[in-house]
Amino acid sequence: MNTPLRKVGLAMLVMVLLLLANTTYLEVFKADEYRADPRNQRVLLEEYARQRGQIVSQENGQVLASVKSTNDRLKYQRVYANGPLYAPVTGFYSVIYGSKGIERADDEILNGSDDRLFVRRLSDLITGRDPRGGNVVVTINPKVQQTAYKALTDRGYRGAVVALNPKTGEILGMVTTPSYDPNTLASHTRDDQVKAWTKYTKDPANPMLDRAIQGVYAPGSTFKLVIASAALEDGRDKNTQLMAANGVDVISGQPCDPSDGSTRCLSNYGGSHCGSGQTASMETAIELSCNTAFADLSHQLGEDKVRDMASKYGIGDQDLEIPMPVETSCIGPRNDGQCMDVVDAPALYQTGIGQRDVGLTPLQNAMIAATIANGGDRMRPQLVEKILAADLTTISDFEPENLGQVISQGNAGQLRDMMLKSEQHSCANGCYGDNKVAIASKTGTAEKGVDPKKTPPFAWYVGFAPADNPQVAVAVVVESREVTATGGKVSGDIGRMTMYAALGGS
Amino acid sequence: MGAPVSEGSPARDAQQAGSVAGQGPSGPPTRRGTELVMLAFAAGLVTAALMLVDVNQEQALSLRILWYGLAYLAVFAVAHLAVRKWAPYADPLILPCVAVLNGLGLVMIYRIDLAMSEVALTKQDEDFSAATPKQVMWTVVSLALFLGVLRWFNDHRKLQSYGYTCGLVGVVLLAIPAALPSSLSEVNGAKVWLKLGFASIQPGEFAKILLLIFFAAFLVSKRDLFMATNRKVLGMELPRARDLGPILLAWGASVGVLVLEKDLGTSLLIFGIVLMMLYVATERVSWVVIGMLLFVGGCFIAYKLFTHVQQRVANWLDPLATYNDPGGGYQIAQGLFGIGTGGMAGTGLGAGRPDTVPEANTDFIAAAIGEELGFIGLTAVLLVYVVLALRGMRSALAVRDSFGKLLGGGLSFAIVMQLFVVVGGVTKLIPMTGITTPFLSYGGSSLLANYILVALLLRISDAARRPHAGSKPRIVPQAPIAEQHTVMVERPK
Repeated sequence: MNTPLRKVGLAMLVMVLLLLANTTYLEVFKADEYRADPRNQRVLLEEYARQRGQIVSQENGQVLASVKSTNDRLKYQRVYANGPLYAPVTGFYSVIYGSKGIERADDEILNGSDDRLFVRRLSDLITGRDPRGGNVVVTINPKVQQTAYKALTDRGYRGAVVALNPKTGEILGMVTTPSYDPNTLASHTRDDQVKAWTKYTKDPANPMLDRAIQGVYAPGSTFKLVIASAALEDGRDKNTQLMAANGVDVISGQPCDPSDGSTRCLSNYGGSHCGSGQTASMETAIELSCNTAFADLSHQLGEDKVRDMASKYGIGDQDLEIPMPVETSCIGPRNDGQCMDVVDAPALYQTGIGQRDVGLTPLQNAMIAATIANGGDRMRPQLVEKILAADLTTISDFEPENLGQVISQGNAGQLRDMMLKSEQHSCANGCYGDNKVAIASKTGTAEKGVDPKKTPPFAWYVGFAPADNPQVAVAVVVESREVTATGGKVSGDIGRMTMYAALGGS
Repeated sequence: MGAPVSEGSPARDAQQAGSVAGQGPSGPPTRRGTELVMLAFAAGLVTAALMLVDVNQEQALSLRILWYGLAYLAVFAVAHLAVRKWAPYADPLILPCVAVLNGLGLVMIYRIDLAMSEVALTKQDEDFSAATPKQVMWTVVSLALFLGVLRWFNDHRKLQSYGYTCGLVGVVLLAIPAALPSSLSEVNGAKVWLKLGFASIQPGEFAKILLLIFFAAFLVSKRDLFMATNRKVLGMELPRARDLGPILLAWGASVGVLVLEKDLGTSLLIFGIVLMMLYVATERVSWVVIGMLLFVGGCFIAYKLFTHVQQRVANWLDPLATYNDPGGGYQIAQGLFGIGTGGMAGTGLGAGRPDTVPEANTDFIAAAIGEELGFIGLTAVLLVYVVLALRGMRSALAVRDSFGKLLGGGLSFAIVMQLFVVVGGVTKLIPMTGITTPFLSYGGSSLLANYILVALLLRISDAARRPHAGSKPRIVPQAPIAEQHTVMVERPK
């Protein structure tokens, strides 16, 4: 029996050799694939256990997000210094629910796996230090952020504020209310995370929606800046005479009387006449925000010119990242590639006053104001100022990026003049700051819902200051709760306070 | 040194007889000293492993670990003393190999316990109970059983007369879970348990050994029958059709286990062992070929008929593709992720995430070892099994009686076969079948059964090296060398 026993012994060796050969194959050919598989939590968990970099503000280096040591397996817990205030910027970092904001967009920097940190990682490996993530300096000016947030929350408003440096595209403030506390989502206690997530996602106010870059609102009269830009580029000027009728029929294009209640009759605010003349100049139409004038002007320009100007301002851009992806702004329906289509003739009239299918993010509207402020040159909005390695050496620095000339410098000047008039009109009964600084602005009160006259509108305010040497451009939107709310009454002062904060005033 | 060799043990034995303790002047070296040293080494290894886990898991280091290590050594020292008393000529490496594997298993189970308790803590799951204390308890019980087997079976040949009894009990044990209602026998889809109030046992683990004894006894007594042939085909001597009975019976039992208990692993294991024993008993390759054909046929039919078999095969072909299916490749994929992440040297004991693999402390303990000890560690563990099985095989070669040869060979092969089935399944070499890794995995039945297996192997190896005359070495007072008589030694035949 010994011969077959020896053969069985040999067979046993072969079986183990097969196991070893197979394991070798796994290690040599498949290990990388398995290691990198997104379903392999190990890499992720290792990442959580690494000391994540900080998110810091530009001015005076306020730490917005950092880590504190814990004695559990994840080692470090994310801490947000002023969670709800900066949540639209930092986002959150949750073991269960993933991440958002800068935490997500610049994750590779913060967790230290970015290739640009490679050399430092290597030296960490040699010196035996725990690898640490890089730091992200954001362009946010804490004073601007705080002022805007306080202005919105003091009034109990639901809305957003975006403030840009028109010359560089730096995002100075990006506020959304109501907000959420990312600290609760970073909790290492599973139950706390789940509880917070459930609370925020079930809240009808939708606090986790970053209204500044993800909220899309009908721009209302603020869109007249885009129509005016198209008209100026088309050869008209601020004295060009426009329709002044109380109402305009969106099918025939003829003047109509809004008081007869026809749904075809697009009317001025309160059904009034535009100015005192037979016709009204573009300047007057901007100052008084006449709807009929711009509806008719939009129709005169035609769909192509309106669309061209809109896309030059960045509307319809699906790839804008700041570095978080920004929701696309549209002038057409938000489906099936119709984003830049004006669906029919009545829609073209309504597009002229920023209604119907037109929908902009607050960031997009701020970018329009900033472009006018910057003499017609559109700057890419950016939230990241600098990327620093763990030892605070600079890895990449801020570089302004010009996205192209939207309107000529002269036309930008004409628009600024018209916006100065508009601001004076808004401040006829006094406003915040008492015109200490020359502000150029435009308000908007966008109707929404099936019965617009009974639904509280979106109240807009866009502007920049100082008008002759703009340092800041803002867009404010408030989802108002009163039917009588207007951009001037509700949003204007919030925008002005934000701009004064940016200019270093009170 | 240079002790006279009085029987047919290989010459190597005499050369290796380094530190010899309790060596009778007329017998070969017992080499119990070697065993003790190796056991101490095993205990040291296990203690070091435990320390690594605690360091990496940031547990407070204390002398506690040293006490655990010493306790472990003490438990195996008792086993060693038993071997010294009741099987003094047994192979000195078998017990240390088992000690290393069992100890490493305990460390791994403890390590997974730590991770699971943390998960349970964050989920506030109060049902969590640590597996380590139970496994320690089972280790002690197993060693007690081990002592009992060594004590009561002082000659493995006694078992031969219980062959049919063993066979009957084995079949009954195998069939119990299938006959019981699912509530008493099913865990995670496999109907292989016998749930008693206080504990669950897997009767299949014991059936494996009982059937092995039966087949060894049966084949030895009926050996001539199977050697008879009637014709040759393709150079192979085919057995007579009526002699196919036993293999068909084994095949039927395997298929029964497969179908009724959904236990692919045990089915494969039992069939493989029977095939191997038939081959050894008859020295005919034809048995292996017939067996393989039956096996392939059985697999094909099972694949066609049962969705769970199809699922296993799909999971084997591409676990990542069936990742999200119910009963899909999630577990295998997680195991592969672990082994892949571990890489060549592993993450280090206690520094990986083996707890992400379901059943990490039982069926998938090989994946946990691959992750934390890496390819190197997994290879080392596999080689310990090879040493264990080859030492067993060596004893089978050396033992004088056919029953001992067949039983020893079968037991040794069973270890490797089981290892192949489970590690092959975890590493995606063959479809995953769900079976424990001997000595490493958490599970009382598996541990108890495998300690019985080892006791039998030690008994056979003891018989292989024991001198003919007298069952115990005579104790002769050592006289100064100058006064010693010249001893006549008979040349081995």
